[in-house]
Amino acid sequence: MTASRHAEAYLEDIVKKFTVAAVFWGLVGFLVGVYIAFELAFPALNLDLPWTTFGRLRPVHTSAVIFAFGGNVLIGTSFFVVQRTCRARLFGGETLARFVFWGYQLFIVMAALGYVMGVTQSREYAEPEWFVDIWLTIVWVAYLAAFAGTILKRTEPHIYVANWFYLAFIITIALLHIGNNLAVPVSVFGAKSYSAYSGVQDAMTQWWYGHNAVGFFLTAGFLAIMYYFVPKRAERPVYSYRLSIVHFWALIFLYIWAGPHHLHYTALPDWAQTLGMVFSVMLWMPSWGGMINGIMTLSGAWEKLRTDPVLRFLVTSVAFYGMSTFEGPLMSIKSVNSLSHYTDWTIGHVHSGALGWVAFISFGALYHLVPVLWKRKGLYSMRLVSYHFWIGTVGIVLYITSMWISGIMQGLMWRAYDEWGFLQYSFIETVEAMHPYYVVRALGGVLFLTGAAIMAYNMYRTVRGDVRVERPFEAAPGVAAAE
Amino acid sequence: MVDDDKDRTATPETPETPPKGPKTMGHEWDGIAEFNNPLPRWWVIVFMVCIVWAVGYALVMPSVPGAKSFFHGLAGFSAREAGRERLAEVAVARGKWLTPMQSASVEEIAASPELRQYAMRGGEVIFKENCAACHMVGGAGAKGYPALVDDEWIWGGTLAEIRRTILHGIRSEDADTRIAEMPAFGRDAILTRAEIASVADFVLALADGRPGPADGAKVFADNCAVCHGDKGQAVKDTGAPPLNNQIWLYGGARADIMAQVTNPKHGVMPAWAGRLSDVDIKQVAVYVHALGGGQ
Repeated sequence: MTASRHAEAYLEDIVKKFTVAAVFWGLVGFLVGVYIAFELAFPALNLDLPWTTFGRLRPVHTSAVIFAFGGNVLIGTSFFVVQRTCRARLFGGETLARFVFWGYQLFIVMAALGYVMGVTQSREYAEPEWFVDIWLTIVWVAYLAAFAGTILKRTEPHIYVANWFYLAFIITIALLHIGNNLAVPVSVFGAKSYSAYSGVQDAMTQWWYGHNAVGFFLTAGFLAIMYYFVPKRAERPVYSYRLSIVHFWALIFLYIWAGPHHLHYTALPDWAQTLGMVFSVMLWMPSWGGMINGIMTLSGAWEKLRTDPVLRFLVTSVAFYGMSTFEGPLMSIKSVNSLSHYTDWTIGHVHSGALGWVAFISFGALYHLVPVLWKRKGLYSMRLVSYHFWIGTVGIVLYITSMWISGIMQGLMWRAYDEWGFLQYSFIETVEAMHPYYVVRALGGVLFLTGAAIMAYNMYRTVRGDVRVERPFEAAPGVAAAE
Repeated sequence: MVDDDKDRTATPETPETPPKGPKTMGHEWDGIAEFNNPLPRWWVIVFMVCIVWAVGYALVMPSVPGAKSFFHGLAGFSAREAGRERLAEVAVARGKWLTPMQSASVEEIAASPELRQYAMRGGEVIFKENCAACHMVGGAGAKGYPALVDDEWIWGGTLAEIRRTILHGIRSEDADTRIAEMPAFGRDAILTRAEIASVADFVLALADGRPGPADGAKVFADNCAVCHGDKGQAVKDTGAPPLNNQIWLYGGARADIMAQVTNPKHGVMPAWAGRLSDVDIKQVAVYVHALGGGQ
């Protein structure tokens, strides 16, 4: 009822823009990912052109899915959620919101064009050169102003938990982005710059950033999405306010120290490796606090999973979140890491989080948002949502199982010695052994992309106002009685 | 709003509180309320265990940094020291073979059953890491990169010759490198296009062991036989490959042969002295010698 009274005042056009951009960049990012997965299986696909080599397309993929797809979902949902849970119109109004939207899209285009042309500072997940970094900083400060300004002028007495997570994400990403990208440009008119750090300090800064991009962009930000869309969709109260406080602060405090586990068995001092490892292990339960709150929110509403495939996306994503936040601390343990490091296991781990958690919760949120934003009674087709769910899930399973097998095999082959202490396999033999798994991984990617294309079609028809004639999902007989 | 309507209709279907659940916190944001369930007991216990373990591990292992040094941990572990110790152990274990190999000649190594067995395995590993990129795994070779599994040895197939090739390379920057250059008969207008075509036909016939065209035979005798041998058997130490077989370095099609006569390609192999140790090179020489049977 509060929503309907204030609906006219909320800025929703801007959320529509972010939604469309998220779907568009998602398709681009998944497509590039599928292409480079095939490049790894069949290297001739790099076409012998500099612009299409794996080295240049890989950052296009990672930036497109993390920052373009994930970023547009995060900013879009945050603008939607913060207005409704604060019962306040977005601070800065249409002008500021539009600047954030178009400024962010400009950042994406500048970054992607740069990668393809070979303009990069070679910092993983922070490849754009200094001038793009400065532009993003300006846009991000505008975003912070719009979000925090809305919280300040809220008409609800308390700040909802989703907004804590959004705010932590926005502030920490600003800190990480500036800290990691400190560099000296070679000239004012040239793209090239040199990092302010060198040697192991440079590597440590890079992974302090890289790991916390996962922690605060892909975890804290998307937990905010979970805290709004799961209870909203399940129509149940959040399971535990107390748990949300404890796991929020534990997560925020512990995550920031875990980066050194990316540099186990390197020139990084032993003491830093120890700290990276123990903080990662302590992070396990705080991460799972979010999973418990997400899944337990469904208690009393489990039967909805049968009838609402959108909720299925949201809940499955939380399960994947739980799985990858168990795997992460496990892989940070040095003895495990000595097997997993530099292998495809890492790639599989990242994608169980990226595809299973980040993308699935985004799909769930977007499916929920589109009918609300465009004022439709419901989606064009719930059956198509279900197809998307199953095709996407099979794609993820193919992806992560093939990378587990390939990664563990690779790690074992690298460390196999014969009785004289000679390595059993040369590097190229391990590459050859991985070929079939690379093909399976690429096929998993094709399925995931297919699911996303179904989603785009479903949303397009929803926006047009179409409704598909189909059998609705019905609760199994007896479920209501059993409850 | 759609959602609010759903809220209203949904409430009667589900109990206000779940079986064990307490009351909500009393706030509501856009229709979302919060329970205040206690922290799950197992969750608190596992979290505490992780923290206790973390503190314990940090006490044992190097952990807290200081201004000039750091806390080395009760176990006094150092990754550098551990690595040094491992390498020292390996060096001791391998010394049994590597020490005699230092002073032994490559022929002596090949003749000693024990050293030969070690050198074959060591040579294979070194070959895979350093040579297989061009010569392929197992020495299968590729276009422009000689196969090492056949009995054609361009620069000699004895143990000593193979070792010399590995040490100094071919057309490398090493002062003692092996070097040979075939004239560019076409580019430098030494032969006409018709002569090159006829000599290519002759070379193809030579490889097949059948008589070739007379004009080609004359061109061959005048220009090629001095290095490749009058019957294509190759003259030793010229670096010219034999042509009386079906082994082709740059392709065996007529067009390939004509291209090579017109403007020849010359492969380069780096000198491995300085990149690999003397003992490593001896092992690779023993391994490569065995691949194609050697000479």
